[in-house]
Amino acid sequence: MTALPAPTADQIWVWLKAWLVLHTPAPLQSLVSIVCIVAAIIVVFASLFALTVLLERKGLGRIQNRYGPNRVGPFGILQPIADAVKSLTKEDIVPRSADHVVHYLAPLVLVGASFLAYAVLPIGRNMTAVNLDAGVLFFFAIGSATELAVFMAGWSSRNKYSLLGAMRAIAQMVSYEIPLILSSIAVVMIAGTLSTTAIVDQQARYTHGIAHWYAFTPWGLAGFILFMIAATAETNRSPFDLPEGESEIIAGYFIEYSGFKFALFFLAEYIEMFAVSGLGITLFLGGWSSPVSFLAWIPSWIWFFAKLLAFIGCFIWVRGTLPRLRMDQLMNFAWKFMLPMTLFVILSAGVWRFLPATIAGSGALGAVVRWLVCALVVLLPYIALARTLESGRKIEKREYRFAD
Amino acid sequence: MFGEGILQGLYETARNFFGSYVDKDRLVTVQYPEERHQLPEATREFPFLLYDGADPEAGLRCVACQICEKECPPRCIHIEKSKDKKPDFVGKQQFYPAVFDIDVSVCMSCQICVEVCPFDAIRMDNEFELSTSNRFGGLLYTKRELAKPNEYYQKIHPTEAAETDERREKEAEEAKAKAAAAAAAAAAKAAQAAAVPAAAANGATGNGAAAPKPAGQPADKKPVIQ
Repeated sequence: MTALPAPTADQIWVWLKAWLVLHTPAPLQSLVSIVCIVAAIIVVFASLFALTVLLERKGLGRIQNRYGPNRVGPFGILQPIADAVKSLTKEDIVPRSADHVVHYLAPLVLVGASFLAYAVLPIGRNMTAVNLDAGVLFFFAIGSATELAVFMAGWSSRNKYSLLGAMRAIAQMVSYEIPLILSSIAVVMIAGTLSTTAIVDQQARYTHGIAHWYAFTPWGLAGFILFMIAATAETNRSPFDLPEGESEIIAGYFIEYSGFKFALFFLAEYIEMFAVSGLGITLFLGGWSSPVSFLAWIPSWIWFFAKLLAFIGCFIWVRGTLPRLRMDQLMNFAWKFMLPMTLFVILSAGVWRFLPATIAGSGALGAVVRWLVCALVVLLPYIALARTLESGRKIEKREYRFAD
Repeated sequence: MFGEGILQGLYETARNFFGSYVDKDRLVTVQYPEERHQLPEATREFPFLLYDGADPEAGLRCVACQICEKECPPRCIHIEKSKDKKPDFVGKQQFYPAVFDIDVSVCMSCQICVEVCPFDAIRMDNEFELSTSNRFGGLLYTKRELAKPNEYYQKIHPTEAAETDERREKEAEEAKAKAAAAAAAAAAKAAQAAAVPAAAANGATGNGAAAPKPAGQPADKKPVIQ
């Protein structure tokens, strides 16, 4: 920390932190460095949460041909502040028969675990909080801790709905964690590293002006789509929001939470969504890198947040489109479709790794052949799988024998 | 089969999203306090009392017959009859309600009070902004708050009001005609009575002797019943 990096637009935050650390007494330097990073992550992503809630309410409104919130401030942009004041001033009710300690700890564990996942996300060039060698592994390990918090909440509330919601959440998260991890394994195989920073660095290279993003390869594109579907389920977003299904179990595992603890659950859900979107960006969409080399002058952190906002937009769009799945549909989809497809993605990534990128003396033919072969390895099983799953489920006109 | 239905749905929602910014007709929301829907004529919320003329006390149609109080299923009406009487719209002496309270927190807007009222005195209002900070007193409406002029009724329920007004006008005319006829008959009788003493004096004494007979009849009947 003796030399300051150049204060370019790209490195402005890195420079700012280094400058702050440089101007503190030596014994406090490491502490200030940690506090800077943690505070930045919490402030940035908590305000992104506020922004997302507003965007979601406005966007869903427009999708349903409504205005959405438009009363607080111009065009309703101050709505998050009103929401925050409301949740802070509401009464915090704890059921008499609840397990008070666990009931109190559950939202804290959930929020803590959700924020911990950001430790390994590269949100810009040289902007990874901790460059762990096993960054992807750390991310998934922390992601599993949220399941614990969900079950703590469901169990300690001593309410049948909250327990049902927690059971659903566990079943869903465990089922969808497998395709989530398997689809990222393809990236880890090709990149040959578990470090998120190294994975982004490998994608931030350009051939003919186009980046080496894994989403530009057939296995990467398929893996990316599967990853995002699994991520949607993992973060309990619609259409996989069964754990909180209002129509059956009211609010699921956080039914007995009110006031600020409820807001914490809400916050954690969105923080998790951003984190897993960030991982999807890191693994498949080149993290902070630009897709084409002539746009590389735009600061890296702007690229990351632009991609993140696009992801958030897609999450809102999907939420406004799809109805909630049934439990059996959810499980069938995970085990009969997602799991085999991710296995084929891994196979395709293996084929990609071992087919030569160029055949000597044939120009671009080698690359085209590799691309087509890998695409077929994913596409053919997809068609076969879709057809088999469809044939097993016939929709016929139901005959009523007695009631007619 | 291959997920094309999902893409179709995504297309549809995207069309809604962008369409709502371009085409204002898509937005069905009415911005309530500033914009309002025209309420249908048959809208009914809670009952109110009608009065004619300018004075709500003098013109109140209610005669405190208490039929609505007795018929009200949730028993939200409370009436106390007056001791004295005042003339109604046809000039007949009637009681009036000294107290007329409706607890709108109890009222279920069934309109039965309106249907049983023989005096067209109670009707359904379409006022729905009744929120109050006092949940007991604020929702107990007294005679003063309930009384509304006939013009108001004509404004909110024009068809019904026209029909009621027509009927009442006819009744008033009939009553007037009857009164006129009665007055004419009385005048004729008076004229006759005035003419009688001038014609013959012994006829009047004969009438007076016949009068006690019918008066004694009820007393005669009593033992028959027992």
